[in-house]
Amino acid sequence: MPVTEHQRVDPSGTSPEVVVRLSGVSVGYDERAVVRDVDLTVAKGEVVAVLGANGSGKTTLMRGLLGLATVLAGEAEVLGDAIGSRRTRGRVGYVPQRQTVGGTIPSTVREVVASGRLPRRPLLGRRRAADREAVQRAITAVDLEPWADTDIAQLSGGQQRRALIARALASEPEVMIMDEPTAGVDLASQNALAATIRRLVERGVTLLVVTHEIGPLEGVVTRAVVVRDGRIAHDGPLHHEGTHAHLRSGGDVGMDVHDDAHHVHDPLDPEQAPGWLEHPIGER
Amino acid sequence: MLEILQYDFMRHALLASLLVGLAAPVVGIFLVQRRLALIGDGMGHVALAGVALGILTDQQPVWTALLAAVVGAIAIELVRARGRTSGDIALAVLFYGGIAGGVVLISLSPSGTPANLNAYLFGAITTTSTTDLVTFAALAGAVLVTAAVLAPRLFAVSNDPEYARAVGLPVLPLNLTLAVLTAVTVVVSMRIVGLLLISALMILPNAISQLVCHSFRTSLLLAVATGVVVSVAGVTTSFYASTPSGGTIVLFAVGVFVVVALVVAARDALARRRHAQVEGHAEHEHHPGCGHPAVVHDDHVDYLHGGHRHAQHAGHYDEHGPA
Repeated sequence: MPVTEHQRVDPSGTSPEVVVRLSGVSVGYDERAVVRDVDLTVAKGEVVAVLGANGSGKTTLMRGLLGLATVLAGEAEVLGDAIGSRRTRGRVGYVPQRQTVGGTIPSTVREVVASGRLPRRPLLGRRRAADREAVQRAITAVDLEPWADTDIAQLSGGQQRRALIARALASEPEVMIMDEPTAGVDLASQNALAATIRRLVERGVTLLVVTHEIGPLEGVVTRAVVVRDGRIAHDGPLHHEGTHAHLRSGGDVGMDVHDDAHHVHDPLDPEQAPGWLEHPIGER
Repeated sequence: MLEILQYDFMRHALLASLLVGLAAPVVGIFLVQRRLALIGDGMGHVALAGVALGILTDQQPVWTALLAAVVGAIAIELVRARGRTSGDIALAVLFYGGIAGGVVLISLSPSGTPANLNAYLFGAITTTSTTDLVTFAALAGAVLVTAAVLAPRLFAVSNDPEYARAVGLPVLPLNLTLAVLTAVTVVVSMRIVGLLLISALMILPNAISQLVCHSFRTSLLLAVATGVVVSVAGVTTSFYASTPSGGTIVLFAVGVFVVVALVVAARDALARRRHAQVEGHAEHEHHPGCGHPAVVHDDHVDYLHGGHRHAQHAGHYDEHGPA
């Protein structure tokens, strides 16, 4: 692992590899800060739920990490490099918050997923076997093989969301930023998503998941960051008292975290519950 | 030998139509995907000012038109990227500034009247010189090679620009490249199809593909095939019927579009009668062991659910009758 400037300077060099490091960071658009004075360090292998009400700034914070919103102040590093650096290309996966994909012209799941491989491909030169295999693996990882060559617009919302996750997986990222991956997704897709996310965690991928509802991610999330009014209001283990207190005070935002920490959000099929609870809440 | 091939100008016109038929749908598919289908029209207007400038200054109109269209293309892409002016307003400035500039410039030319612009606006088969043809072939070749090399990236950027930016694809350079490719295609097409009609040849073949295809790749291939067929057919017809080539080509494209749209609509109506889709089946996906009894039905499995038989089909559930 190359030693970066930051790691030499930072005394926390003994901790595991740092994936995200934000120090006094403000993020916004057109000089207008939406998120202010944020300090956040995420280590390799962590699964961070980024929680907060609509308009709290949680999505803007994540967009800042992707270079889609501007870092207006402070120091921000992803994978040891400045945000948007050439060296991190293809190593940061992104699953946008979107109900549907596809434009006017039809495109297949495979075509859309293959576009996620581009950061790893040279401008010139034909697609290599390794690229095709990575695309196929990504499709398999989200259980969409039967639909690989189907027009993506014909799939259900949950299947389309899985295709977007596969697109992010195609570049074999070390860190994935997912914006509301389970919102408005049917139960079967939620199951597939949770399984996919667990497999990613096992492979050591670091995850930052913006979400309203912890439910489907219950067993995998290791840490919760609550954003309120553009600041980090709480940062700690998921089922810490503080998380709940902050979420409850977030008011009527449809937050789906319950007093009973192990309540499973699954109105349709309570038998699913053991599946969610396979993995105990991780300790950091 | 066919009568039509005995004339130099017709050989030129047919070759030029082949080039246009190849290049226009290739560029157009990315414009349609970006929902910028009419931008080619705007560039045609700007190219008109370039043509008039060429006539006024006694230069080859091809080169002045190319210059004007490329500058206009880059300008509008930069305006869009800055996002301050709305795309509509920027387009309006481009459209009307271009056509007004063209008409005024041509009237300033001693030999020129607005009538001189007619062949450029609507296309004419008699106007493609050998020099033009060589230039067009080189330009169309450059467009096709560039589009082929960049196709995966142009697809990514036009399909989901925000995602492309997030993963570090050079979005603005790619959009600028597409704008320049569009401008070049407009100029290559101006002799045969005309500056006011070229946009139709970028859009219609893709609109046809979109009705019948299920992948980007087949859409592109079908659009190119359609483009080539309507261009060559249009030029051939305009020779025998003495009609302007651009209008004839576009009428062919419109005709194909209407026929395909009607056939697809009829097919869908028929399919709907046979294929009732289950409403609001988002919350549960059937699979073996999902709790609903499975019944083998010909080549697939139906699940009994709420007194009905449901069969999964292309991402939704079909109603296969009562249990």
